Amino acid sequence: MSHMLKKLTIAVIGACAIMAHADSKLGPYAPVTDARLTNPEPSNWLMYRGNYQGWGFSPLDKINTSNVKNLSLAWSFSTGVSEGHQAPPIVNNGYMYVTTPNAQVIALNAVTGEELWRYKKEIPADLLMLHNTNRGVALYGDKVFVGTVDSHLIALDAKTGKVVWDATVGDVKALSYITLAPLAAKGKIMVGSSGGETGVRGFVAAFDANTGKEAWRTYTTAAPGEPGGDTWPGDSHKNGGGSVWITGTYDPAANIAYWGTGNPAPWPTEGRPGDNLYTTSTIALDVDTGKIKGHHQYHYNDAWDWDEVSAPVLIDTEINGRKVKGAVHAGRNGYLWMLERQSSGKIDYVNGVNYVYNDVIKGLDKKTGRPTYDMSKKPGMGKAVSFCPSLWGGKDWPPEAWSPKTKLFYIPANNHLCSELPAADPAAYKKGDLYIGYPIEGVLGSLRYQGGKKPDSIGELQAWNLDTGKMVWSHKYDRAIWAPLLTTGGNLLFTGGTNDRVFRAFDAANGKVLWKYNMPSGVTAVPSSFEVNGEQYIAVQAGWGIDAERMQAGINTLDSTKTAVPQGGTVMVFKLNK
Amino acid sequence: MTSKITSSASLAHCSGCDAQPGCADPSRRDALKRVSLGTLSSIPFWASTAHAQSAPLLLVDADAEKDFKPLRPDDLAIGKPLLVFPFDPKTGAPKNESRLNKMVVIRLPEDQMAADTKARSAAGVLAYSSICTHQGCDVKTWMAKESVLACYCHASKFALFDSAKVVSGPALKPLPAFALAMEGEFLAVVTGSPANQGS
Repeated sequence: MSHMLKKLTIAVIGACAIMAHADSKLGPYAPVTDARLTNPEPSNWLMYRGNYQGWGFSPLDKINTSNVKNLSLAWSFSTGVSEGHQAPPIVNNGYMYVTTPNAQVIALNAVTGEELWRYKKEIPADLLMLHNTNRGVALYGDKVFVGTVDSHLIALDAKTGKVVWDATVGDVKALSYITLAPLAAKGKIMVGSSGGETGVRGFVAAFDANTGKEAWRTYTTAAPGEPGGDTWPGDSHKNGGGSVWITGTYDPAANIAYWGTGNPAPWPTEGRPGDNLYTTSTIALDVDTGKIKGHHQYHYNDAWDWDEVSAPVLIDTEINGRKVKGAVHAGRNGYLWMLERQSSGKIDYVNGVNYVYNDVIKGLDKKTGRPTYDMSKKPGMGKAVSFCPSLWGGKDWPPEAWSPKTKLFYIPANNHLCSELPAADPAAYKKGDLYIGYPIEGVLGSLRYQGGKKPDSIGELQAWNLDTGKMVWSHKYDRAIWAPLLTTGGNLLFTGGTNDRVFRAFDAANGKVLWKYNMPSGVTAVPSSFEVNGEQYIAVQAGWGIDAERMQAGINTLDSTKTAVPQGGTVMVFKLNK
Repeated sequence: MTSKITSSASLAHCSGCDAQPGCADPSRRDALKRVSLGTLSSIPFWASTAHAQSAPLLLVDADAEKDFKPLRPDDLAIGKPLLVFPFDPKTGAPKNESRLNKMVVIRLPEDQMAADTKARSAAGVLAYSSICTHQGCDVKTWMAKESVLACYCHASKFALFDSAKVVSGPALKPLPAFALAMEGEFLAVVTGSPANQGS
């Protein structure tokens, strides 16, 4: 190489290095406005499911079915925390925010993985943690908001991580806690409560984004004198559960937020005859006032621990050949619910079809969708009862996805899993203790296979045509899945969820596996996608734990196996290999 | 009430004491301090200073709010765990200022206990911290078929017949074990517990 060529080569390399550095340098933080949240830029992932409608869809298409085979790890980052990581990497112009169990927030440069700041919530030493996970932050203005396992809502400065305000949301001594990503809209930050299994009365509460002052609080169990108050005997609504532990969806035009609610407490129904409104429902809340404008109860007087906490996905599409403003939910009760939103907030039933085996619900009322039960499949006092699907349902919290490109609705289901509960043994409510009503050894050992025989497949990634109410394709797994979904404009569907730690990309049109990657731990977190400097990335956290681990323990008992998935959180970010 | 401890788990009988930090001879007090400072918060606050107690601590039902009745072995049905707090007979009050002080006691057949576990028992009663070493939930569910105490939060299982070693689940460490003795007709915690925690 000549001297001149050497000089030139060095100069070019130097220029490239400077360019790369310039590309990865973060600009000023762009405040997150209502307008941006209503119409999020394709390059960003500004909230839990990418948009207010809850689609889990990124319009980005540079990574697509033809080149996904070249997807490679761009960078990874260990969170230093074990247990179940479930939060999506949320990205605003190169600023990435992830949360970990115990409500730690980490801000990262989305291109390089460089840590910008880290907020560690000081958790009370004696806190009893049933689910110590966290499902992400909300962005609004120049702040980052996180709900905590000791029931606080905290506003952090997006650039520095410094606490701006800290609001107490629930009574930690009663084991009220927060795991969901807050929902930000119209100057308010909304959160819900976990704690149905400890008798916490469920609620959604809104706080002023600037000050942290509580604006309103709406309980999900109706008190006497309120609409629905006659569906609870006596004071049973006061510890009646109906937790809200997954982020709501939002219709900005109607200013209505849709939330899913958990099961009533305690599990046995003998002490709470009635529909127990508004448990196991979706409720439509006016974001300005918190007033309940409408609801749909998926199943009444729940006895099966079938929380219906996933908020309905808001999809304007054709159902049964008619254009509707849809609200679609794959229920833990094993039914795919297609509902219609009215601008008043009223929610109408359109169609329901079971997407996994269900031996409890005999049928749905054609007008209202109200189910009819096989009462021999309703657990309670004095008898052991088996039922399908299991306590974890056809789908637990992992979110579904909708692609406006394929016009398919995707469900991460578990099929052929059932439960057997022993005779109920209810005890009086005691603050700070479990309020389940069954011997815990019975709950821990409740998992069963349908028909008592190990099925060929359990996990099913299903794609549904909402117009016809028919399944278009399914990918079957020989194991269970806990698989939050991401769809993209590149006609891809990304998810993990299996105990083999594999993160996969599917062709969204036909379910063919196009790419897979062995992760450090199992993936039960929500994936996201973003673009910086014209380059698309796929991001997700690995980190097995919580209910995926509990279900695995149940399967280990059934199969006499000792499968243990390694724990430990890692942020994993992928891009195309050039 | 006599202050003399008489038990199969008394200090003189504490099997394996030389290798364990929990027995209350002076040579092991430094080790006990290390344990108290260096391990998870699941070790009760009071345990780190237990060696300084002049009177033994008795046990009372953790649910009791008044009229505290120190526990006798016969108060426990075999295989029925009970959550308890240590109880100071001098003050007449349980040490319930923190739930981390909570213990689980259970009466089990002695012939199934490993030697060092048996040495910590009194009248067939075993005592462990009830705070799960994983995420701090109360561990109080006896699963007789598997001979384990299970945590309802994340299903960690502990072999009570064998020093509460982890059998399965996410917990990595055994439940801290407490040596019991008889204080007259009552169960009492032997000075210097917990006894199965490494430093």
